[in-house]
Amino acid sequence: MKEEVKLMKGNEALAHAAIRYGCDGYFGYPITPQSEVLETLMEEMPWETTGMVVLQAESEVAAINMVYGGAACGKTVFTSSSSPGVSLMQEGVSYIAASELPVLLINVMRGGPGLGTIHPSQADYFQATKGGGHGDYHLITLAPSTVQEMCDFVGLGWDLAFKYRTPAIILADGIVGQMMEKVILPPQRPRRTDEEIKKLCPWAITGKTSDRKKNIVTSLELDTAIMEDNNERFQRTYRKIEKAEKRYEAIGTDNCDFLIVAFGSMARICQKSIELAAKAGVKIGLIRPITLWPFPSEAVAEAAKNCKGVLVVELNAGQMIEDVRLAINDSNMPIEHYGRLGGIVPNPDEVFEALNNQLINK
Amino acid sequence: MKEEIIIAGFGGQGVLSMGKILAYSGLMEDKEVTWMPSYGPEQRGGTANVTVILSDEKISSPILNSYDMAVVLNQQSLDKFEEKVKPGGILMYDSYGIHTPPTRKDIKVYCVDAMDATFDLGNNKAFNMIILGAMLKLMPVVTIESVLKGLKQTLPERHHHLIPMNEEALKKGMSLIKE
Repeated sequence: MKEEVKLMKGNEALAHAAIRYGCDGYFGYPITPQSEVLETLMEEMPWETTGMVVLQAESEVAAINMVYGGAACGKTVFTSSSSPGVSLMQEGVSYIAASELPVLLINVMRGGPGLGTIHPSQADYFQATKGGGHGDYHLITLAPSTVQEMCDFVGLGWDLAFKYRTPAIILADGIVGQMMEKVILPPQRPRRTDEEIKKLCPWAITGKTSDRKKNIVTSLELDTAIMEDNNERFQRTYRKIEKAEKRYEAIGTDNCDFLIVAFGSMARICQKSIELAAKAGVKIGLIRPITLWPFPSEAVAEAAKNCKGVLVVELNAGQMIEDVRLAINDSNMPIEHYGRLGGIVPNPDEVFEALNNQLINK
Repeated sequence: MKEEIIIAGFGGQGVLSMGKILAYSGLMEDKEVTWMPSYGPEQRGGTANVTVILSDEKISSPILNSYDMAVVLNQQSLDKFEEKVKPGGILMYDSYGIHTPPTRKDIKVYCVDAMDATFDLGNNKAFNMIILGAMLKLMPVVTIESVLKGLKQTLPERHHHLIPMNEEALKKGMSLIKE
């Protein structure tokens, strides 16, 4: 398959991108608003072309543990779900992080808490960026705002996961999952051969040979001294990631009067609000964090430096705002939050009104 | 060029497919497009709507509060979206089942009898293509050629014999608009 231009939903783009990256296996369980990932994979039948496995597990708990097993063997594997399903997976995610395995996770967020609604939300920011499972770990968290990024972040997610031997998550929402846009799909890459896996993943369970010691993939270590060493190794990896992998998009942040910080599809809605503000003569800049962890603190602080105030806009009650406050670290700077909850998405006029009420006319 | 369009009606009228055909035709002309459906349980027998944006430049928000054009196919959608048409914009509605017609004077209002035209054509599946034809006459945001090219590329070969019928429906729709 060559590079192709298509019109498709974000969820469909995730599935196509995974096949074309040379994925070995997908394990998942359907849930709105991301069921098209599994549906598209089933329709495409990649087991007949690339040999990729697509399996509907009996539950999210089973799916994440299948992914754990696949990754332990050095395979390129992923799972996807939406908020309640991702909560079910958290035990497995913590085990995968502790076992230092490269896994791609996808959460197409819906309104919570609980079973909540099936409509778009960004209320799993804390879960993704602060570690939804137990223990000191992080997920590299990528927040797509377009269907093209849904496609591109599949490859980026796996590249980073394999580079650092740590799980990565695409934190999308119902809007970018359900929306159709133009997308350029990459050309087909072959799946890694067993030889390539052995070379790239010398830690993987590939069958012990006489010329090497055995590989053990586990998260259990009852010797506290060794477990502390393990933790310190994880933390060194996280510091490396923080140093090298922060990503963001800055729009109109030079000499802006106020700054908006927003991620995912909310950042696009805010862009329209910024156009409305420009017509009213107010210059507003936008920082869109692309990696939510590691959070682009320096870029946010720099953009906010000469502003009169900052509005953090999220589809939640105020989660990323904590990272924005830490980044700016200035108690004199007004940092306000505007959010809608439970699956309600504000339109650009409503965000503009919030800007007026909370910052411009204050 | 940037056109922000909402198409709204009952689930099952072909609202989402019409939006998809429109978006795909935009893609055929190298435009930037977004197609954002209302999704969820309300689609089953209830109202369905889709926002389609076609633009020469990168599109920001896929969620809008005002539109250049609203195409509405039932009373509920008319009640909801009449006020959301930008001043000077276009409101087109199908007369079938409408008991309270629109009243705004600062927008261009067109009523089409697409349901009747569907019976004329003797094909009740052509309804949304008739609507699309009428819509494209009022706002020629893509050409009929691009629509047909798009259909050819997206429909499986076994359905290609239906393309002439769709072309006829598009033209019928266009003929319903008389300035």
